[in-house]
Parts: sequence; structure tokens; C-alpha cells
Amino acid sequence: MFSKAYSAVIHGIDGLIVSVEADVSDGLPLFDMVGLLNSEVKEARERVRIALKNSGYRLPAKRITVNLSPADIRKEGTAFDLPVAIAILTAFGYIHDENLHNTLIIGELSLNGNINKVNGVLPLVYAAKQEGFLRCIVPKDNADEGAVVKGIKTYGVSTIKEAVDLLCDFEAHKPTTVDLDMLFENKTGNELVDFSDVNGQAAVKRAIEIAVSGMHNILMIGPPGSGKTMLATRIPTIMPELSFDESMEISKIYSIAGLLDSRALITRRPFRSPHHSITSTALVGGGAIPKPGEISLAHHGVLFLDELPEFNKNTIELLRQPLEEKAVTISRLNATFRYPAGFMLVASMNPCSCGYYPDRNKCNCSLPMVKRYLGKISKPLLDRFDICIEAMQINYKELENRKIEESSADMRSRIYRARQIQVERYKGQDIWFNCQLTSRKIKKYCSLGAKEQSLLEQAFIKMNLTARAYHRILKVARTIADLDSSERITSKHISEAICYRSIDAKYWGQM
Amino acid sequence: MDIECANNEAIYEYWLGSIPNIKAKKLLTMVEYFGSPEDLYKASLKAMEQMIRECNSKELNFTDRDLEAIMIGRDMDLISKNLEYLNTHDIKYITMLNRTYPDKLRYIYNPPFLLYYKGKPLPDNKKIISIVGARECSIYGRETAKYIAAALAKEDIIILSGLARGIDTYAHIGALSEEGTTYGIMGCGIDICYPVENIDLYMDMQVKGGIISEYGPGCKPLAYHFPMRNRIISALSDGILVIEAKEKSGSLITVDMGLEQGKEIYAVPGRVTDKLSEGCHNLIKMGAKLVTTPMDILEDLLEYNPSKEIKQLELVDILPQDELAIYELICLSPKHIEELVVLTGFDIGKLMENLLSLELKDLIIQPMKNYYIRRNK
Repeated sequence: MFSKAYSAVIHGIDGLIVSVEADVSDGLPLFDMVGLLNSEVKEARERVRIALKNSGYRLPAKRITVNLSPADIRKEGTAFDLPVAIAILTAFGYIHDENLHNTLIIGELSLNGNINKVNGVLPLVYAAKQEGFLRCIVPKDNADEGAVVKGIKTYGVSTIKEAVDLLCDFEAHKPTTVDLDMLFENKTGNELVDFSDVNGQAAVKRAIEIAVSGMHNILMIGPPGSGKTMLATRIPTIMPELSFDESMEISKIYSIAGLLDSRALITRRPFRSPHHSITSTALVGGGAIPKPGEISLAHHGVLFLDELPEFNKNTIELLRQPLEEKAVTISRLNATFRYPAGFMLVASMNPCSCGYYPDRNKCNCSLPMVKRYLGKISKPLLDRFDICIEAMQINYKELENRKIEESSADMRSRIYRARQIQVERYKGQDIWFNCQLTSRKIKKYCSLGAKEQSLLEQAFIKMNLTARAYHRILKVARTIADLDSSERITSKHISEAICYRSIDAKYWGQM
Repeated sequence: MDIECANNEAIYEYWLGSIPNIKAKKLLTMVEYFGSPEDLYKASLKAMEQMIRECNSKELNFTDRDLEAIMIGRDMDLISKNLEYLNTHDIKYITMLNRTYPDKLRYIYNPPFLLYYKGKPLPDNKKIISIVGARECSIYGRETAKYIAAALAKEDIIILSGLARGIDTYAHIGALSEEGTTYGIMGCGIDICYPVENIDLYMDMQVKGGIISEYGPGCKPLAYHFPMRNRIISALSDGILVIEAKEKSGSLITVDMGLEQGKEIYAVPGRVTDKLSEGCHNLIKMGAKLVTTPMDILEDLLEYNPSKEIKQLELVDILPQDELAIYELICLSPKHIEELVVLTGFDIGKLMENLLSLELKDLIIQPMKNYYIRRNK
């Protein structure tokens, strides 16, 4: 007797449909599994056999062969336990063969027949929908996650018995549903932090506002205790809300990484702040079985690198390519994976190893030491920061709150307006933010009047700017003008953008 | 024949100068005894011993080691090889036997018998000011050094310093910015640029001024060389200007030697709380001349009054009101944009616009990102 069930495997961030074929024939009693299986998939044999026995199904002494196809793709993960069990039960006649058609089955078995949750349900269900499947059976714990995908019915099951009942009669069971609007509404809960907590630092706050509005990468430099980290951790409170499509994209990544917990979707923009001891693979993704790294987990959100020079130099240099391409490609012998990595990079650092340069009453670092400290970050990486700002040490007077600081809500409303303007302007162009403008698009959208042109020219010559710096200034000026709801870029916007230009190694302890 | 003779003399003078660890006084006594360096070179061991006996009775204390050094040094192959090296690397030298050897240096305690130099020989008819100070200087020190060095160099005064990091470097840079003449006295071999990052400066200085050292090619920058080189700096100068020195600073060694040699000492003050200015303040307390403008030094050195009085620019007439208000707040110690926001009450966009305009007018500069200082003009 032959039967065929359907399951899926994660490939990169997408699901790939795998058919699970089971055959029961006469011969020496044997249970064999083939089809390029990783060891955890091979172990399914024992789990399935015992789980079936403990669920009350008796397996006759027959020769059982299970094949997972396509056979040239490596199968990994524990999600194949349930489809294998179902395929065998179908082969023995417990379930009607046609009931397995158009049904995706995922789940890990424990020995008593219970079904445990697995990673990556969302992309798997999504792939099933794309392939035209009608329904999918997932572990109960993952049911919400799967139910987010529209156009396919998702059933959550917690034991093999339940799964068999369901497969015998779909009509008697109700698919799981989630209320998406509820999910998205719930998230604006009470924030624990707010920008109004930070006294002073108006210039840095302004720079952050501009950076968030145009998704520009930002570097903050300043002495210890100037509030760089405090400011950075408040960035999520002013990030604009996620759209459903963005949310789906992020949730897929989190689902694969097993970080979705029991949420159905990620409804807030991610804010990732890895410690500086992070390894290269943890940052960009990879490993023997490739997994998305921090940069992909920060997709559509913020990657915050505190104390940038303390990171391993090779590790942070890996950011260069993903920053340009908004994705990272990881090549392994078996396959090449492409993970999205469209994050906004926020970094902070001290100006020297003691942190107090140029205050010579506190700093004893010699100029070569200061230069060496900055030299830990290469020029090409430095070039990728559109905005660069020095934070100043806060003095006592500023801590003694003089005035009420602006709240995150105020900042968010301005940022929202600026984002709306950008969305309108770049409609249908595959661009959402000013930071994505290419040089040709800059010419089109950042045109200057004669007065502004001459100002920029003067500054260009005076400050010895590079062509790359020139484009960056224009992009940032565009965002500043958008914040001002101004159609034209005026000299005020240009001036401010020039003030935020990235540091030149030459200007650092300049001759 | 005559030329060859002169050449020969130069060779023997060089040989004399290259003998290690013998003071100039002993060398000069020996030359006087034998009549010329050549005769000294050719003197027999017996004659040498005879000379030593006679000299030691005059309390000169020649040791066996001195004798050994002289005898080992008599190696014509090595000498001509070294001279060849100097020649190909454009290194010149001058000894105390030469009439053009600077008199200021000749009469100090323990003068160097031989000086190597690259570039032009040190002119003896011009006034020389040496500028010394901390290696790890502040931005205030940096700008002051550049400003004063430039103003002095403009009046055709030679700026002398040690080519070290910090104030020394900025003094040389300031002098070069006005196309002035500047000399650097090194604490290492004449052909070594220390610190290496000053290589541009090292090359540029040789065009209008020069590099001077008592140490021969290949000599490493050892710690004890630097106090030794300070005695040359102080001896050659007519006055010593100290910009930023901590309470116990190497620059003060130069000052001590300068005082022994009877030089005028100048010091630039800082804030009372600045550790980097403590040394300067102590000098002022002890009677050094307080310097706030280049005129303070110029009035001592120049017989005539510089006609072009350094005029304060009438900024009120040329600057718009907003820019003037900001300019007034900016001084020589760096002010962060944040402080300016608080002090002016302008919003950031407006402030940055005005700052950029001032920067483009060359009135202020950003020594570091988002910090502003006035530019000395």
C-alpha cells in the first residue's frame, strides 16, 4: 500500500514543499527512511514508531519504507515527524488517501503522541498557499502563526489522535483564526521609555529624528555618560508603525529563527542591539545549517551597535555589503541563501579609548592613540553613515531639568508626516525612503536652486568633500526639507545637512 | 691641489666629529696640541700617550676608553663610506673648527662638536625664537602655536622647534603657512623622521629652512637624546616661547637651559584650571614674559615698530546680526553645537545655517565634529 502526504522544509527564508511517501509491503519487518536526511530527521523513525504505539495504533510487522522527495535537497528539522506518522497511518488504511491531497502537515512528535511546536511555520504555510494548498495542519502552539496567512485554512492539533480525527472529517472541525486588526491595535501599549526622559541633547535628538524620517544610518560620537545609549534605546518609540506586508516579512524571519514565541506576528519594528562580543556568523547569519543573523532580525527596524570600535574589526566590516544591498547572500556548498537585511544602522562610539578627547583636562591620549582608536573603523564603513553627530557631556545644569522636553509622540507625528511625503513621492518606484535614492534619482528629486547650488559648491571646495559625501548631503537635505513639509530644498536645509556630514578621518585631530 | 687639501681637511674634521662619546673640549685640546685634525689622525700611539699625559696634568682626564675610541675610529674605508652616504643623502655637516659654526652654540657648556643638517645652513643674522610645549596639546594650544608662529615668521623671524608631536609640529606648520623660515632640531639621526607622521613637514621644512641634529644617520630616537637636543634649541634661540606645559614637562628643561644661557623666556597663559597650562603659569610667576599677542615678542626683537599694527577687524560692520551674536559666543576653547543652542536660543536649523556661513567666511572652524572655535586671523 502506498500513500503520499505533504510537508515543507525551510530553504533560506522561504518554504519548499516536500512530499512524504510511505509504502507498506510484505517482507522482513523493517522501518526505513530515505531522501537525504539530516540526523534529526532520521531520528524521526524512533519517535514516530513509539508515538504511534503510545497513541493506540498497532503497526503490523511489515516492511515500511518512507521517502522524502525531492531527494536532492537536504531535509532538516523535526517538522517531518507528524507527516511521516500520518503517511504511515494512511498506508495502513486508517485515513483516506484523498484526504491528504492539498493538505500541508507539519509537527514534531513526542513519545506519548503529543505534538510539539516547531520553528518556521509562517513561511511554510505561506509557501503552501503559494503552491495552491487548501489547508494545513500545524502544532496547536503554532496555529496563530499559521492562521495569519490569508487564503488557506490552518488547523492546530495537539495529539496524533486529533490529527487523525481531523483528517477523517474536516467539516467537523473549525480552522483557527486570528483578528489581524486586533493584533495591530494592541501594540501601542504603555511605553516604558520616552524621549522626554532625556534632558538636553537637542542636537542629537534632532539628528535622530532626521535619521528615522529618511531611514538614514547614524553614528553618534561622544564621551561616556553623554546619553548615547539612552537616546538609541528610545529610537523604537518614534519609529513609524509597521505595515502588514512589512510585518509578514519580518515575522517570516523571526519564525525561522524561532523567536516568534507564541505571538502570531511581529507587530513592532525590531530593535536589535547585539553585544560587541558577537561573532561574524551571528551578525550576518550563516552556520552549517544557515540561520538568519542579527542584521536580518533587524530587517525593517534598527540595528544598534553600541561601542562600535569594540566590535571585532572583521565582523563589522561584513556590514558593508548588506548596507548597500539591503540583503545578505550566504553561500554554502549545498545551497545559496539570501536573507533580507534592510535595517537602519545606529552606532555609538567614544572619541578615544578614555572617551574624553578633546577635553585635555581629562584625556591623556596622544594623537596617534586617538587616530588609532578611530582607525578601528574603516573609511568605507564610515562612508555609509549618512548622519554623524557628536554628543556633548551633560552638565549638572541640564540634568536639573529646566524645561519640559519633547515627547516621543510629538517627534513621531512629525516623522509620520515626513514619511507620508516620501511614500507619495516615490509611489510605484520600489523606493520608500530618501536613503534609498540612487544618484540618478537624486538628480531628479533633490534639485537645487541657484543660491543653494552655490552654497553647496562653496562648502564642497572649502571642506574638501568627496563625491560620495556630496550625494549623502543631498539625501539628508531632502529628508530635512520633508520634515519641514517643504517642496524645495532651501539653503537652511543644505546647511543643516552639511553639519551632519560624516567625519573625515582627516578632520579627526587634524593638523 | 688646494681643493684636495681642503677636502682632506674636511675628511679629518668629519672623522674627529664622528668619534663617539668624547666631549668637544677634549677634541679641541687635541687638535690644538697636534696642530690639525690630520696630524692627530696620523699621530703614533706613543705621541698620543705623551699628549694624554700632558693633558691629564691639566685636569682633562683622558681615559683609556677615549684613546681606544680614537684608535678604532682610524679606518679610512669606513670614513669614506660614511661620507659617501652623507653625500648621496644630501646631508651636510659643520664642525666647531669651521668659522661658520654658530657662535651662540660655541660658547655654551658642552657644545656639540659636529652638527649634521639638511636643507639650508642656519643664517646667523636673523632673530630666532624657539617655540616649545606639550606633545598632547589641546585645541587651544594648537591654534595659539600656529597663530603666533605664523605672525612671527611673517616678520622674518626664524621659528625653531623640535619637530616632535603637538606644539612643536604646529609651530612649524604655522611658520610654513606664512612662507616663513623654520628649523627643526632632532633628537635622533638626521635621516630619520620621528615621529613618522610628520614626514610631509620634514620634507617641506628643508625647502626654506632645515633639519639639524647632532646625531649621525641611523641613530635611534632614544629618550636621553631629547634633553640633549633641548640644549641646542635653547642655545640657538634669542627667546623661548612656551605654549602649554604641564607642571613637570620636558619643555621646562629647555627653559632651564635657556635661563642658564641667559635667554628671554616667554609663556602663553591658559585657564587657571587647565593642567596643561600649569607649567606656563609657574614660569610667569617666576618672571617669564606673559604673551597674549605676537606683538609681545616682536617688540623685544625688532628695533622698528612693525608698522602694520595687527588691526582688529570691525566685525560689527560686516556680519549680519545673527551671525555676530553667534560669533561673539565662540572662543578658542571648543564649544559644542549643543551649548550654542542653549546660549543663543536659536533652533538648530537656523543655528547650523549661520555656523556654516561663518565657517565659509573663514571666521570659525570645526576642530572636531560639531565643535566650533574662532579662527585666529
